[in-house]
Amino acid sequence: MSRNLILGACLSSLVLLAALVSFVWTPYDYAALNIPEKLQPPNAEHLFGTDHFGRDMFSMIMVGARTSIAVALVAVGIGMALGVPLGLAAAARKGSWLDEVIMRGNDLVFAFPSLVIAILITAVFGAGAINAIIAIGIFNIPVFARITRGAALSLWEREFILAARVSGKGAARISVEHILPNVANLLIVQGTIQFSLGILAEAGLSYVGLGAQPPTPSWGRMLADAQTMVSFAPHLALIPGLAIIITVLGLNLLGDGLRDWLDPRIRVARA
Amino acid sequence: MLRYALKRLISLMISLAVASVVIFAVIEVAPGDPASFMLGVNAQEDTLAALRAELGLDGSKVQRYFNWVGGMLVGDFGTSYTYRTPVSQMIADRLWVSLPLALYALTLSTVIAFPVGIYAAARRGKPGDLTVMGATQLGIAVPNFWFAMMLVLIFAINLRWFNAGGFAGWDNGFWTGIHSLTLPAIALALPQAAILARVMRSSLLDILGEDFMRTARAKGLSRRQALWRHGVRNALIPVLTIIGLQFSFLLAGSIIIEQVFYLPGLGRLVFQAISARDLIVVESVVMLLVFAVITVNFLVDLAYAAVDPRLRSRT
Repeated sequence: MSRNLILGACLSSLVLLAALVSFVWTPYDYAALNIPEKLQPPNAEHLFGTDHFGRDMFSMIMVGARTSIAVALVAVGIGMALGVPLGLAAAARKGSWLDEVIMRGNDLVFAFPSLVIAILITAVFGAGAINAIIAIGIFNIPVFARITRGAALSLWEREFILAARVSGKGAARISVEHILPNVANLLIVQGTIQFSLGILAEAGLSYVGLGAQPPTPSWGRMLADAQTMVSFAPHLALIPGLAIIITVLGLNLLGDGLRDWLDPRIRVARA
Repeated sequence: MLRYALKRLISLMISLAVASVVIFAVIEVAPGDPASFMLGVNAQEDTLAALRAELGLDGSKVQRYFNWVGGMLVGDFGTSYTYRTPVSQMIADRLWVSLPLALYALTLSTVIAFPVGIYAAARRGKPGDLTVMGATQLGIAVPNFWFAMMLVLIFAINLRWFNAGGFAGWDNGFWTGIHSLTLPAIALALPQAAILARVMRSSLLDILGEDFMRTARAKGLSRRQALWRHGVRNALIPVLTIIGLQFSFLLAGSIIIEQVFYLPGLGRLVFQAISARDLIVVESVVMLLVFAVITVNFLVDLAYAAVDPRLRSRT
């Protein structure tokens, strides 16, 4: 196991742990206002200080981790649940109209950055965490469809697939029983990368007000709130930013490490 | 080449047409009638009808779709529900902030990433390379709007080299405009530069392993000469594609960065329009962004095919 993998796993678990623990315990009530203790810099009582309403930043960061992880995780789930079957189908019927429709559809979705999808959805249905999930999730579909199709295409040329066909299995059954297990590693690695992109996207969306709405804490909105106070309370901006960086860095390292670990045959150029 | 270009052009048209239908359909689902929203609850039925006719809201859905698309083709994006001014004029004004910002960031990101990527590849595995790889790994993880806030804190609030926000406009001279776009452009460019430097490095490393690089060394070129004459030139092809793709990221990313610096660009326009329920503005800006992404990808494909003839046979 590489250093990347270990460091990435540690950072990611740290954030995950904070999110899970926040369900049963936070140092303070994350929503409790305490105006007399507002805008404290980090100290022994409040490890990460307090915000302009005197809320404990440490507790808000913990609960914010929950929001970030939930949004990004469900978005990756949507991307996989829809993208992988589409990619498998396109590869199984390579060159057919189905393949063509799926791939052109992919190109089309690619032309809508998740921010643009979020703007459209919000303009119509209003802002909220669900809409952020849908926007990031839609953006993930073509990513998984493409990577699944690409990997599946080369597998379809292999002899063990030919053997399966000779034994009378249909394309759908081969896709599920033989292709899918062989692309699983690739999907796990890509899933990790998309997860980290999802964390960044969620932060961006909630920063501009298109994500989770108050009182649900989210790192992006904490940054938006901090913006006008950055000159006299820089910790309000520093801490949520560092939380995002640690999470994204951890997931990226984890993804890189997993790729090397799961597939030692490929010499990875690490783009 | 012409055949290939034509084929790609047709596919571009289809993509644009489908995208416009999708955008129109989504906006169409939006609840509420813009006319009654503008005139309030006490409006008379005939005033409402007149306003609907004026805004082009009285036809069937199909009719309105074709009015919208037909109008855009001749540069008429309709009339804003809230400001009662032509949307095309509003977009044109804002584009003069967003487009230079995206181009400025693209230039910065390229200028930073090229030397860094080449440096790392030339020193593969050595401390210099490891430092660059670590720094770019970090650069990718930094949210650009947070980085922007840190830049404001350091260079605007503490050092006072720049304004914390706002746009001086181009009327006061080119350099004044550039000056007020500098911090936003840096914020947008650095995370992209981190990605680009990694692509440059790995692309160059692939090339350095090629046989013709060994030949170049064998015929007496120094490492440095071989690297520049044969390595960098060949490594540029995949890098150019990424640069093209980055443009659309930068244009979309500028929407968020504009919020940090209070820049009067497309991003502010679209968020104001969302809160004012000025859906025609949202619809048009989104279409414009999608148009930009699709067109840039098309141009990148063409440039790629012009450089590498093998790609023309693939679709």
